[in-house]
Amino acid sequence: MMSLLRLTTAGSVDDGKSTLVGRLLHDTSSILADQLDAVTRATLERGGGIGDEPDLALFTDGLRAEREQGITIDVAYRYFATPTRKFILADCPGHVQYTRNTVTGASTAELAVVLVDARNGVLEQTRRHLAVAAFLRVPHVMLAVNKMDLVDFDEETFRAIEEEFATAATSLGVDAVVSVPVSARHGDNVASRSERTPWYTGLTLLEHLETVPTGRDAVEEPMRFPVQLVIRPRTPEFPDYRGLAGRVASGILSVGDEVVALPSGGRSTVTGIDTPDGPIEQACAGESVTVLLADELDAGRGEVLSRPDQPPRVVTELDADLCWLSDNPLTPGARVLVKHGTRTVRAIVTELTGTLELDTLTHGESPETLSLNEIGGARLRLAEPLAVDAYATDRHTGGFLVIDAGNGDTLAAGLVA
Amino acid sequence: MTPVAPAIVDTDHLAALESEAVHVIREVVAEFDRPVLLFSGGKDSAVMLHLALRAFYPAPLPFGLLHVDTGHNFGEVIAYRDQLVADLGLRLEVAQVQHWIDDGRLHERPDGTRNPLQTVPLLDTIERHKFDAVFGGARRDEDRARAKERIVSLRDAFGGWDPRRQRPELWSLYNGRHTAGEHVRVFPLSNWTELDVWHYIARRGVPIPDIYYAHEREVFLRDGMWLTAGEWGGPRRGEEIVPRMVRFRTVGDASCTGAVESTATTLEEVVAEVTASNITERGATRADDRLSEAAMEDRKREGYF
Repeated sequence: MMSLLRLTTAGSVDDGKSTLVGRLLHDTSSILADQLDAVTRATLERGGGIGDEPDLALFTDGLRAEREQGITIDVAYRYFATPTRKFILADCPGHVQYTRNTVTGASTAELAVVLVDARNGVLEQTRRHLAVAAFLRVPHVMLAVNKMDLVDFDEETFRAIEEEFATAATSLGVDAVVSVPVSARHGDNVASRSERTPWYTGLTLLEHLETVPTGRDAVEEPMRFPVQLVIRPRTPEFPDYRGLAGRVASGILSVGDEVVALPSGGRSTVTGIDTPDGPIEQACAGESVTVLLADELDAGRGEVLSRPDQPPRVVTELDADLCWLSDNPLTPGARVLVKHGTRTVRAIVTELTGTLELDTLTHGESPETLSLNEIGGARLRLAEPLAVDAYATDRHTGGFLVIDAGNGDTLAAGLVA
Repeated sequence: MTPVAPAIVDTDHLAALESEAVHVIREVVAEFDRPVLLFSGGKDSAVMLHLALRAFYPAPLPFGLLHVDTGHNFGEVIAYRDQLVADLGLRLEVAQVQHWIDDGRLHERPDGTRNPLQTVPLLDTIERHKFDAVFGGARRDEDRARAKERIVSLRDAFGGWDPRRQRPELWSLYNGRHTAGEHVRVFPLSNWTELDVWHYIARRGVPIPDIYYAHEREVFLRDGMWLTAGEWGGPRRGEEIVPRMVRFRTVGDASCTGAVESTATTLEEVVAEVTASNITERGATRADDRLSEAAMEDRKREGYF
């Protein structure tokens, strides 16, 4: 059986992020001969590369505008696998639309690899990358000190960066950061151990990715089951079947559980968990199932099932941090839609409560507006109640979207305070 | 009250991909009025259909299938499609590219391939039926432009994809809001690789057309690909028809979908062959994607799937 890890990479401009991603794909044999040929051709056309070696960064080249301008516009998803684990990598560009893209990548990631150029050390931008990972509560953060070949694989250089990064991480509430000295260009300590860093006895970057625990945080949290839709076949075979279809957002759902549906408040007992392969006794976070209840509750789409002793908060006023993703700034009084779980409600942003300082993750003074790539606290008044958790306690039920009611654009990523 | 945590908390990757796809399909059915599933009869659409049936079990599939038929089909694929539709009692709409050529709305290309011609019939059919969500089996690992595609992807009134207008996709919240005339394309298999698809077919016993297994076929060699002889253009002078043991890695327009030489006659052998292959499925078998570095990107911008 293979497990699955979703990760994201963050790095400043020119710290070799594309090369590292290319290296991971290459060294896990995820790049096939025809793709390698194409990149080798492109390397020669552009006069780059080392000798005859293809420029690994070109593997992750995307759209035409990006190639023409030599930039990356958007998050790209890459796939590679080892015999024990499949990886989904959200490859986020370092410069354009920086916060928008890294927040997107970090929202689904269980691990973030932050890259630092060994020659430059921890920069202002590095702290921002780290802060975004901390803010989005990515469970694992890894430091890759890249371009070690350009500092002669010097241990002291590595140790100094490692220490500075760890200090910054601790101050942001991120603990247990793993650090690896690498050369993405030459492959040192990426997939294979380098002979040029005899002083480094830790795992390679890929070994870390293969062994970091996954999926544990969600099953330790209180159970949440947002109802997506009601399944009522009304066929001769299943005339009275009524199942609540959904995906367990966090925790574990078991047959026999007493549950409450919120915001409506109806209570019942789980009499069955259905799958097309037959009934099961338990469903864990991440699993899509159909739930059968003892009572016919009025619990359709938008309701959240939980245990009565660990319910989410039902609110009509919401305090949250908003990461603003739109070119049009937010001003108080804005009428928007809030999409949380399987429910979308109308809302008014009544107040901006303070800009988030990414260096310290503390709130500063209340701003007049919130602009693209800025993060700030806000208070929203909701037209209908939502059943929410604080993002700090549950990543899977504490996030929401702010949507433009007119053109439907996604305006912000919201994190429940 | 507190449940005992199961011994294994590491998620099995296929189970995780399956649950994600089912979640996406249910979200879209809950939020859209007129979804439809693009169904070519290829392995990816077979997996899509299988997942959609699972998503609503034991209820019947709450939407129909749409096949944009180039007229250049492998007979086995059409037979498979029709059998499946009959067995499961599904609704199938077929948009015949030939009809668009006959009444002058489309013109045959000089190279005879009809894959790019599917876009107009697709958009016309979406508009005629007012479909607002169109499920497809495209995967991000197929192509560099698809690597940047969203799971729920907005299309303008002309069906076009504007990479700069893409909405950020956060957590597992999909924003499918659209204005009149716009629609979304939905790709629940976004995070699957070719190998994931094969492993899934093996695990769940998903039925697929016979041409995915090695069989003897009359073929001719063009641009390093084994193409099937037929009225759709080939062989040309100098191209010799020979019998070969081949199988297909993708199913598309027969004029430009190549076969690979293979002895894999069982699912296990096919999985082993795909695992060992060192060429991507599109590189090996799709002449239309070899046209330029940005062939897929250009087609997507025009409304291709």
